Amino acid sequence: MQVPARFEYERAQSVSHALALLDRHGPESRVIAGGHSLLPMMKLRLARPEVLIDINDLAELSFLGVEGDELVVGALVRHAQLLADPTVGRFFPIFHDAERVIADPVVRNRGTVGGSLCQADPSEDLSAAFAAVRATAVIQGPDGEREVPIREFHRGPYETAVEPGELLTRLRVPLRPGAGSAYEKVERRVGDWPVAAAGAQLRLDGGVIAEAGIGLTAVGAEHFAAPGAEEYLTGRAPGEEAFAEAGRIAAEDCNPQADQRGPVAYKRHLAGELVRRVLTRAAGRAAGRAGDRQAGE
Amino acid sequence: MQITVTVNGQPYTRDVEPRLLLVHFLRDHLALTGTHWGCDTSNCGACVVHLDATPVKSCTVLAVMCDGHEVTTVEGLERDGELDAVQKGFAECHGLQCGFCTPGMMLTARWLLDNDPDPDEGRIRETISGQLCRCTGYENIVRAVRWAAGHEAGRAAAGEGAREGTRT
Amino acid sequence: MTQDTSGTTTPMGFGRMHRKEDARFIRGRGTYVDDVRLPGMLHGAILRSPHAHARILSVDASAAEAYPGVRAVITGATLETLNLAWMPTLSADVQAVLATDKVRFQGQEVAFVVAEDPYTARDAVELIDVGYEPLEPVVDARRALDADAPVIRDDLEGRTGNHIFDWEAGDRAQTDAIFERAEVTVAQDMLYPRVHPAPLETCGAVADFDKVTGKLTVWCPTQAPHAHRTLYALVAGLPEHKIRVISPDIGGGFGGKVGIYPGYVCAIVGSIVTGRPVKWMEDRSENLMSTAFARDYHMRGEIAATRDGRILALRVKVVADHGAFNGTAQPTKFPAGFFGVFTGSYDIEAAHCEVTGVYTNKAPGGVAYACSFRITEAVYLVERMIDVLACELDADPAELRMRNLIRPERFPYTSPTGWEYDSGDYPRALRLALDMAGYDKLRAEQAERRRGDGPQLGIGISFFTEAVGAGPRRHMDILGLGMADGAELRVHPTGKAVLRVSCQSQGQGHETTFAQIVAAELGIPPDDVEVVHGDTDQTPFGLGTYGSRSTPVSGAATAIVARKVRERARLVAAAMLEASPQDLEWSVSETGGRWSVQGSAGHGRSIQEIAMAAHSNLELPEGVEGHLDAVTVYNPPNLTYPFGAYVCVVEVDPRTGQVKVRRFVAVDDCGVRINPMIVEGQIHGGLADGVGMALMQLMAFDEDGNHLGASFMDYLLPTALECPSWELGETVTPSPHHPIGAKGVGESATVGSPAAVVNAVLDALRPYGVRHADMPLTPANVWSALRGSPLRTDLAIT
Repeated sequence: MQVPARFEYERAQSVSHALALLDRHGPESRVIAGGHSLLPMMKLRLARPEVLIDINDLAELSFLGVEGDELVVGALVRHAQLLADPTVGRFFPIFHDAERVIADPVVRNRGTVGGSLCQADPSEDLSAAFAAVRATAVIQGPDGEREVPIREFHRGPYETAVEPGELLTRLRVPLRPGAGSAYEKVERRVGDWPVAAAGAQLRLDGGVIAEAGIGLTAVGAEHFAAPGAEEYLTGRAPGEEAFAEAGRIAAEDCNPQADQRGPVAYKRHLAGELVRRVLTRAAGRAAGRAGDRQAGE
Repeated sequence: MQITVTVNGQPYTRDVEPRLLLVHFLRDHLALTGTHWGCDTSNCGACVVHLDATPVKSCTVLAVMCDGHEVTTVEGLERDGELDAVQKGFAECHGLQCGFCTPGMMLTARWLLDNDPDPDEGRIRETISGQLCRCTGYENIVRAVRWAAGHEAGRAAAGEGAREGTRT
Repeated sequence: MTQDTSGTTTPMGFGRMHRKEDARFIRGRGTYVDDVRLPGMLHGAILRSPHAHARILSVDASAAEAYPGVRAVITGATLETLNLAWMPTLSADVQAVLATDKVRFQGQEVAFVVAEDPYTARDAVELIDVGYEPLEPVVDARRALDADAPVIRDDLEGRTGNHIFDWEAGDRAQTDAIFERAEVTVAQDMLYPRVHPAPLETCGAVADFDKVTGKLTVWCPTQAPHAHRTLYALVAGLPEHKIRVISPDIGGGFGGKVGIYPGYVCAIVGSIVTGRPVKWMEDRSENLMSTAFARDYHMRGEIAATRDGRILALRVKVVADHGAFNGTAQPTKFPAGFFGVFTGSYDIEAAHCEVTGVYTNKAPGGVAYACSFRITEAVYLVERMIDVLACELDADPAELRMRNLIRPERFPYTSPTGWEYDSGDYPRALRLALDMAGYDKLRAEQAERRRGDGPQLGIGISFFTEAVGAGPRRHMDILGLGMADGAELRVHPTGKAVLRVSCQSQGQGHETTFAQIVAAELGIPPDDVEVVHGDTDQTPFGLGTYGSRSTPVSGAATAIVARKVRERARLVAAAMLEASPQDLEWSVSETGGRWSVQGSAGHGRSIQEIAMAAHSNLELPEGVEGHLDAVTVYNPPNLTYPFGAYVCVVEVDPRTGQVKVRRFVAVDDCGVRINPMIVEGQIHGGLADGVGMALMQLMAFDEDGNHLGASFMDYLLPTALECPSWELGETVTPSPHHPIGAKGVGESATVGSPAAVVNAVLDALRPYGVRHADMPLTPANVWSALRGSPLRTDLAIT
């Protein structure tokens, strides 16, 4: 029977209460929300926190919606909530593409956006999706809030900018009127972690790419991003050849590891192929949304 | 620590370790053994129950997290001696063989029909895609859910009324 | 096609009817082993080896013993004092219950903790300190016989290598001679990889030893309760009449719940030691790492043929990886199971195969996954080889099969390796499958797609013949126990019946099907027949449910015992009607069974009336004792040979290697179908197995012998989204020697489908010059195959 080792349990009533609990219990305490990353590790006893601080009651972290010119995603927003939200689908189809291939519908009922990002698994789809759209993470600590660009949030496998005593509270994603985005994943079976996956957002202006964001999952891309390919695309006309070249650059820049999902060469190949595909789809969606510009603005 | 969880409409107060998993709380503390356990890693779905009317994998939820919340298990599907349409559908369409995945499958199916009374085959397959069945090849599970949808539509049309609104 | 049963009435015999067992399952009221709760019950947990091969230097359990709530810690040393450290396997080897000298696979059982609750037991397992000296493991079966390979089984006296057995079948000289002069020969190496049946319910046991009465009761999900009882008697030295094995509802078995596992023995010892009932439940990793795996056949196939596609001979060499202990569950005289039937469905002049079994540092098992005793491997081999030959000849794989199938007039057909196939019309089944699939249209679509670089279409065919229902007791036994099964039928005074059988359902619906057999023979409605199984104190002896033997063996026993009852009823009816028994005729109508005077249907008695009379003061003829009850043992005269033709259609994305199964057409002939609804369900499940094994079920080992598929995160099983809506067809060729003409169907689709899926994927890759790649055809494997180097799927990807 796989069961966690013993721990104490606290249920936070508010963000400040959660921070106070984190402060009181110190570095051996862990925050738990959906628990779908943490509990399996605790069952294997790879994680042995002394105290769990349950933040599921913090309704203030479940906010999901547009505020000003940003989409705000609370850390406690469930995967299912993000997937079901029509505003998210309209502005950021990349999130719906990604959520459709994250785990399964029942797990998505429980797992949270914040939990996924804080787990910082190199194979986490949302990390790449947020990297592609250049989100900002809002972290709250005893001394107040601070903001961290998502591309500085992940410091390495299973390691983030959230310090002991701090809590990720929300993500802020700038709305980019007229932009298109997409995400695609190759998996061995539905619900599996990706062999490789890629996400992209493109904003076109005057027939050229004004801004490109590319996220990569499970291929050892630093900060889940492909800056070389993004730079290459910026200012170019969108098109088959440009997208293929961007894929080639992204594949070259990533650093996949072999495992039972595939050898290095295959994962690198997928990085390129998937970048090419998501750029193509993102451009298509951007074109489809050209008339949307007014509404977005 | 002491918790109170409402299971199938009835509150239960128990003293439990914080690490107790919901699936074990239901099975070992409340003797509701209809909820099964199959994989430890939230991949198989044998342990699916409703937590506040939403299916979750109870092997990956702590019992203490359910303090003050409502849980529905397979034992709660039958109401006043009347089987749920989903239960009838599984028996009608041979939607089960060994029966081990069945409670979890039925609870997810119930949730699906509460949110989409007329799901097509693709929607059904996607909704149960986090739950493994080793016996049926899923064919008759899909048919069972379709049968239940049709049965409920028929009842609604016949003026018997849809289910009470508690499960939407 | 599958049909809805709604609106149908319960048939008086064969036909679609709802399952009787579902009433409890849909309410969550089944009783699986983990649902068994006894007063004072303790809980066990096993400490397992992290190493694949290591010497045990020390085991210190003192901290665990001192942990609050722990009642006992049992180690190999404890068991040695009881002479229980080793137990016999089903293949005349021994297996460590708890390791004493060495550990021989990762996950092997080392110590057993018994505690007041399972969480405490799990905690205490961590406190046991074991000193290991790691040894070089044997991971690659093809290297196991190398002169410098480490010797795994140095516990066996005189053992200097890892060789277990050599076995051969067929005529080597004749086969070799045909190969020498053949116009065309092809050869292909292929692996049927190690897989695990992974039933949703893991293994477990509750053991309750009563010191006062000396009676041991063991609840465990066994497919063979009587064989377990006899083995426990042999292992533990307990008198057999003091052992009761209860196999409760089983959450899937598929062959993985035939053998006795160390955990079961530990639970028994734990109960004897503590004087309290002990439950042990395996977790999923334990299940995947230590209980029966299946297959692991490294094969080389060769075909000799004429240029125009007439197959002349088949030659096969196999290295069989049996793991660290030879524990395959199969008839004793068949160390390679029924692999000898490898010529499959084809009329081939000569054939020869050699199988060499080897030890490796992996879990024991081998015959454990709906394989009909290795016919899965045999079918896969021949069906892949046919496609390899089709590739070589640039022939259509359907036509090539049609050309070589055994013709209907050849039955009963004796194969070149000596198997006597009972009945079949193979071309009819294949034609039906091709028609249902729209084969020609599919080929046209394929040609069209081949002109582009988008997803490619693949069409795969497999034709299988199984040999099931083991078996004739003079040839077939397990550990000396002949494979005959008993049945008892009681008919109560009111005409209700109780059938007791030795087989044990794991979801196959025996409570319904067997009641239908009684109904067909006796005219007692199925709802009036209670089927009792799974309890050795309540049922006659028999070897249980595996190898698709329930209907072929216990189903036959049921029909025959019902006929015995019917003949008794004839004598009683004759007395009631004051007629001669010879003048009576039997009929079964919708209202039930009836003996009547020939030619005057109104002058008769129903089976219920006869049952009451048999228990009454009616004067009975000389020699008739009263009551209608009967007992029988069925010893099958031959195996039965179900067969089928499968067509799988896939789409393969050559840019990513992803495979999507678009359609699957399955035509099965399992002889007479008792409950077509249940038969179709059995086929559906087996087809999903085929998709899983062909595409995703991966159980590789790294160079240190670490198991790389030890959870459902790594050992992937198909979900509803990978499975298409199965398209079923049927032909019915009754078995001539089975009392009701049935052949068994439990494993057919698992046996037949993997080759269809693999053939389909490789058919899609044919224009790229890919002739073969091993299962599972994961995206990485397909992509690698497209680049000329398919993966070694038994080893870690590096």
